[in-house]
Amino acid sequence: MGKLIVSLSPHAHGNETVEKNMYGVVIALIPAILVSLIYFGIGSAVVLLSSVASCVFIEWAISRYILKVNPSISDGSAIVTGLLLGMNLPSNLPIWIVMVGALVAIGIGKMTFGGLGNNPFNPALVGRCFLLVSFPAQMTSWPTSGHWLKYMDAQTGATPLSIMKTAIKSGDASVLNQLPDATQLLLGSNPNLGLGTIGEVCALALLLGLCYLLWKKVITWHIPVSIIGTVIIFSGILHLANPVYADPLTEVFTGGLMLGAIFMATDYVTSPMTHKGQIIYGVAIGFLTIVIRNWGSYPEGMSFAILIMNAFTPLINTYVKPKRFGEKQK
Amino acid sequence: MKIHTFHLGGVHPDENKITAEMSTQVAALPKQAIFPLSQHIGAPAKPVVQRGDKVKVGTLIAEAGGFVSAPIYSSVSGTVAKIDTSIDATGYRKPVIIINVEGDEWEENIDRTDKLEKLSDHPELTPEEIIERIKVAGVTGMGGAGFPTFIKLCPPPTAKAECVIINGVECEPYITSDYRLMMEHSDEIIEGVRLLMKAAKVDKAYIGIEDNKPKAIQLFEEKTADIQNIEIVPLAKKYPQGGEKQLVDAVIHRQVPAPPAIPVNVGAIVQNVGTAFAVYQAVMKHKPLFERYTTVTGKEIKNPGNFLVRMGTPFSQLIDSCGGLPDGDNKVLAGGPMMGKAVMSLDVPVCKGTNSITVLSGFDAHRKSIQPCIRCGKCVDACPMGLEPYLLATLSSMKEYERLEQEDVTSCISCGSCQFTCPSHRPILDNILQGKGAVMSIIKSRQKK
Repeated sequence: MGKLIVSLSPHAHGNETVEKNMYGVVIALIPAILVSLIYFGIGSAVVLLSSVASCVFIEWAISRYILKVNPSISDGSAIVTGLLLGMNLPSNLPIWIVMVGALVAIGIGKMTFGGLGNNPFNPALVGRCFLLVSFPAQMTSWPTSGHWLKYMDAQTGATPLSIMKTAIKSGDASVLNQLPDATQLLLGSNPNLGLGTIGEVCALALLLGLCYLLWKKVITWHIPVSIIGTVIIFSGILHLANPVYADPLTEVFTGGLMLGAIFMATDYVTSPMTHKGQIIYGVAIGFLTIVIRNWGSYPEGMSFAILIMNAFTPLINTYVKPKRFGEKQK
Repeated sequence: MKIHTFHLGGVHPDENKITAEMSTQVAALPKQAIFPLSQHIGAPAKPVVQRGDKVKVGTLIAEAGGFVSAPIYSSVSGTVAKIDTSIDATGYRKPVIIINVEGDEWEENIDRTDKLEKLSDHPELTPEEIIERIKVAGVTGMGGAGFPTFIKLCPPPTAKAECVIINGVECEPYITSDYRLMMEHSDEIIEGVRLLMKAAKVDKAYIGIEDNKPKAIQLFEEKTADIQNIEIVPLAKKYPQGGEKQLVDAVIHRQVPAPPAIPVNVGAIVQNVGTAFAVYQAVMKHKPLFERYTTVTGKEIKNPGNFLVRMGTPFSQLIDSCGGLPDGDNKVLAGGPMMGKAVMSLDVPVCKGTNSITVLSGFDAHRKSIQPCIRCGKCVDACPMGLEPYLLATLSSMKEYERLEQEDVTSCISCGSCQFTCPSHRPILDNILQGKGAVMSIIKSRQKK
């Protein structure tokens, strides 16, 4: 006869696992990955693969040789970080820069704090922002579409975001006429412009990913909806006040907003625990993004906004409590 | 028809109600019956028999050991073998009375007929008389916790009872003993509800039943069709709907404030269907509480079933009669998989609160390996009390008891929804229980000063 097992209750488990959640994110990214392959071709594949491979390798190497613990690559978190880092890079970035980004993302962004679950900042964004300030030229040259077989030699062009910045700087609203219309932005098919990072091209593909994440209950609606809602309302007010500021739909469908709102800001580890806190966090990210886009020195503010709010997450967790049962008695 | 449920949190465990449509069988008498003296919340009972005494079925063997306590009656006839200590379902060694079974002779005053005694035929029963009979019969909550029933019927002067809520939810997976009782003894339960209403001096009762038991809902709606003041409330299936506070919220939409408030502070007296049945038997049949409906179940158990069991019957006998323990590692639970207690020995007897013996085998018997907390917040979402389990667990393991009290750890109802939902398989509730215990004793010692 076998043993009698004794433990405290509960003895049942809902079969949720870390792996299911992490691979859920990977599956949700598939539409955006496919679209990026169509638009950027080989460059996208090279950057994404090298990013994932180096993130996984660095996590393995650090756990094995520096922390001397059993590497937990199978939980999928390094793959997610690698994919998201890759999605946040231009498709013509040299592999060695991608590797530097992965080293910073996993090495400094994640493992220095103790690995999965302990990092205060989103590791992929730490990596991306490090690259952005260290390699400003390479990180802001954006390939245009239709160069399937070109990698580092792809033609580049200005992105919608830089056009929007020019409009504000010059105070001339007619500059905005160069922008593609909302449908083109939604599909990512802006013919002569730079397309931005690998992951942010097609808002529609990212929204498909959002539907999957919500369906599988990997994330809840609170963070993405509050970010996108705030951006629409805030940029709408600015647009009505002064037409040099782009209209809300353009703001939502351009740049890293969708990618950030759906995949980056919703990172479990660095976002607040309660729904109330998540809404405060989302509203603040939306607000900061528009502030940085319009009045900051960078054309895109999503990454910075998320990193800033990551720093506020512990504070939000401390002060924003869920409603206790029986708190308000009728 | 609107289906109600409670408002905060909750999870949906797999039902696994394997034994739902199996009629209740009468379990065989044990050779030796074991009666722990603390089968209820409160002071342990005090033995009134000695070694060598002859007892019958229904003989008082231990009297209430205080105000919050309950007497214990023998479920068998025979000779008291010894008064000793033995390991009970909590894993602690506790005082017990052990009786060697000889024959099956009942006390004469117990009415063993099936005749339905109606409250309307007994106008002589006053609320005080009903409460007295419930107290004397040793009736305690049959849902698991085992709080003496008569105390709930005498609310503190600051609170006024407005209704009785009968818990027919049975939200724990696997267990079907309450369901079988409802299907097989609906008339007695309804009379029991009437007795409880009269005892509590209220004229409204609700019976909450989860919608995964449509037959029970239908049966009770038919039976209460011409009873104006008993209302059947179908509830959407969600765990822990059987928790008192969740049930009150689901049925009458009132939230019981934080402890020390109890349901009667918002006007509700909550009793289990099993308790209603025991009350009927105690008051109308002069039958003290010494047998109960218990499910013996498990995915790997050969012949699971529902049994009418004499208390004191060891788990081993019931499990053997269902085909024995499966090979390999097993976890044997007194109760269901969400809140049941894993027993250390199969000599543990069925007590007043043992609604099920659930056997989890092989894969289900073991916990999974623990991973780091990924701060997903699913435990916060799942908590039916609006607490932050991840935080309580961390504070508990850091022994930050002051902070833990500020974070309302005492509101935790130990339902385990947090740990059930945790993707990292963290022992959240283990930690919280440790911290909650420490905080409770700190509060107690503060009150003594």
